[in-house]
Amino acid sequence: MTEAVLNMTEANAPPSRESAAGKREEFAHEISNTVGRPLLSDAATKFRCRDVDVFYAGDKQAIFNVSMDIGRNEVIAMIGPSGCGKSTFLRCLNRMNDTIPGCRVTGDIHLDSEDIHARAQDPVLLRARVGMVFQKPNPFPKSIYDNVAYGPRLHGLAANRAELDDIVEDSLTKAGLFNEVKDRLSAPGTGLSGGQQQRLCIARTIAVSPEVILMDEPTSALDPIATATIEELIDELRQSFTICIVTHSMQQAARISQRTAYFHLGKLVEVNDTKTVFTNPQHQLTENYITGRFG
Amino acid sequence: MEMNTTQHTSQQYNHELENARSRLMTMGGLVEAQVDNAIKALLEGDSALGEKVAFSDYEINTLEVAIDEQCAEIIARRQPAASDLRLLITIIKVITDLERIGDEAEKVGRYAVEMPETATSGELHRSLRHLGEHVKAMLRDTLDALARMDVKLAMQVVDKDQQVDAEFDAVSRQLFTRMLEDPRNIKDSLSVTWCARSLERIGDHCKNICEYVIYLVKGKDVRHTNLEKVRSEILSNN
Repeated sequence: MTEAVLNMTEANAPPSRESAAGKREEFAHEISNTVGRPLLSDAATKFRCRDVDVFYAGDKQAIFNVSMDIGRNEVIAMIGPSGCGKSTFLRCLNRMNDTIPGCRVTGDIHLDSEDIHARAQDPVLLRARVGMVFQKPNPFPKSIYDNVAYGPRLHGLAANRAELDDIVEDSLTKAGLFNEVKDRLSAPGTGLSGGQQQRLCIARTIAVSPEVILMDEPTSALDPIATATIEELIDELRQSFTICIVTHSMQQAARISQRTAYFHLGKLVEVNDTKTVFTNPQHQLTENYITGRFG
Repeated sequence: MEMNTTQHTSQQYNHELENARSRLMTMGGLVEAQVDNAIKALLEGDSALGEKVAFSDYEINTLEVAIDEQCAEIIARRQPAASDLRLLITIIKVITDLERIGDEAEKVGRYAVEMPETATSGELHRSLRHLGEHVKAMLRDTLDALARMDVKLAMQVVDKDQQVDAEFDAVSRQLFTRMLEDPRNIKDSLSVTWCARSLERIGDHCKNICEYVIYLVKGKDVRHTNLEKVRSEILSNN
């Protein structure tokens, strides 16, 4: 482990692509098992991931042998230094990596009992079940109403205008935005403040009734008040959805998640109850990261 | 897992934690000196030394307040996690026990001043010699365990507290017998009982501090748990 720590320290300097890849492979060899509580009972599991490897163009391996379960109605936070593979792993869960040329994902990922890589699996339908919210709020250049109605229209979820209205209102309400925008639903979504735009994006995501919401640093572009509003929202959404959130803010992970996963150079080092990770982590690398000893 | 307070990316953070820790050890040193002097004053009937002990307690109290404030500031500014968080919680808890040890030493010191030199007092005080030595050794080991974050030593101190308790019981029995023999002994004997009680309380505080050391290093709260169970858990993880 000491060697691994030394390697990590060296990794602080921006390495060339070749040396970074070499280091990753060396490190992957050193740490073969995830410590903590990565697996859950069948009944509690929403996503079951086994031996997931991800390669980018030119066979550069980004993720090594990640095995973990993601529970129903849990908020799981993925943390780790930049380039550790947490976003890459998140994007595996709704096959967003398929859109990257040369990217290859191996291993098993099951959503409930379905293999998401099965030939019969339509990635578009998968992404309706597993929605995603990005770092920068990215509303469509359309009205607030149309932003939310876009998905339900695409998937034919509403039989008539009244039903569509209901979906839009319900989604905006769940996203905690309805009261702020109910008088200007036809105004452009891009005219909202950053925090409101992000909540609009969350409303757009939940309008298609997903089962899982993936969030990739959803509050890193927002001020503390807007961040607190989104965090409060995440806690409420947990009643209906499973939420996986990638965050660079360890305090955020500590505040909102039930379990925390720590990634390091493409390996899943530790998954544990958030309380344990932040008071008594089991792996030295997790300890070093969350106490700010490198990276 | 290795325990250290250094190697943070932020050198300033290292410095802040190290500073809090070193002030904790300074406070430990002051408390140890107070206890040594109080016992010495008692056993040797040195009322000047007893007076010095009684009037030096404020230094410990001042340090307690300052360390508390320092820890609160680090928590507010740094939002410590994992071992850093446990370190700060441990420091905050330990200084409370250290301050109380200081109070007990002060009580013993005052007693050494107030106790009139009588023919029997010397004999009575000698009955406390062994208990006093035991408690002094316990406090020394406690501070060593704290400074070196030594779980094994901390476990030994936790064990020793039972011996101190037993010794206190023996001293109490002896004093009760004296009181029964001659009611004129009651006043002196009661005072010595209070001293013995103070020494026994110091042992209890040492035990508390050692439990925090185990928490700091192992992340396991061992207060109010079965000693054998704790030992097997701690040793199995070693």
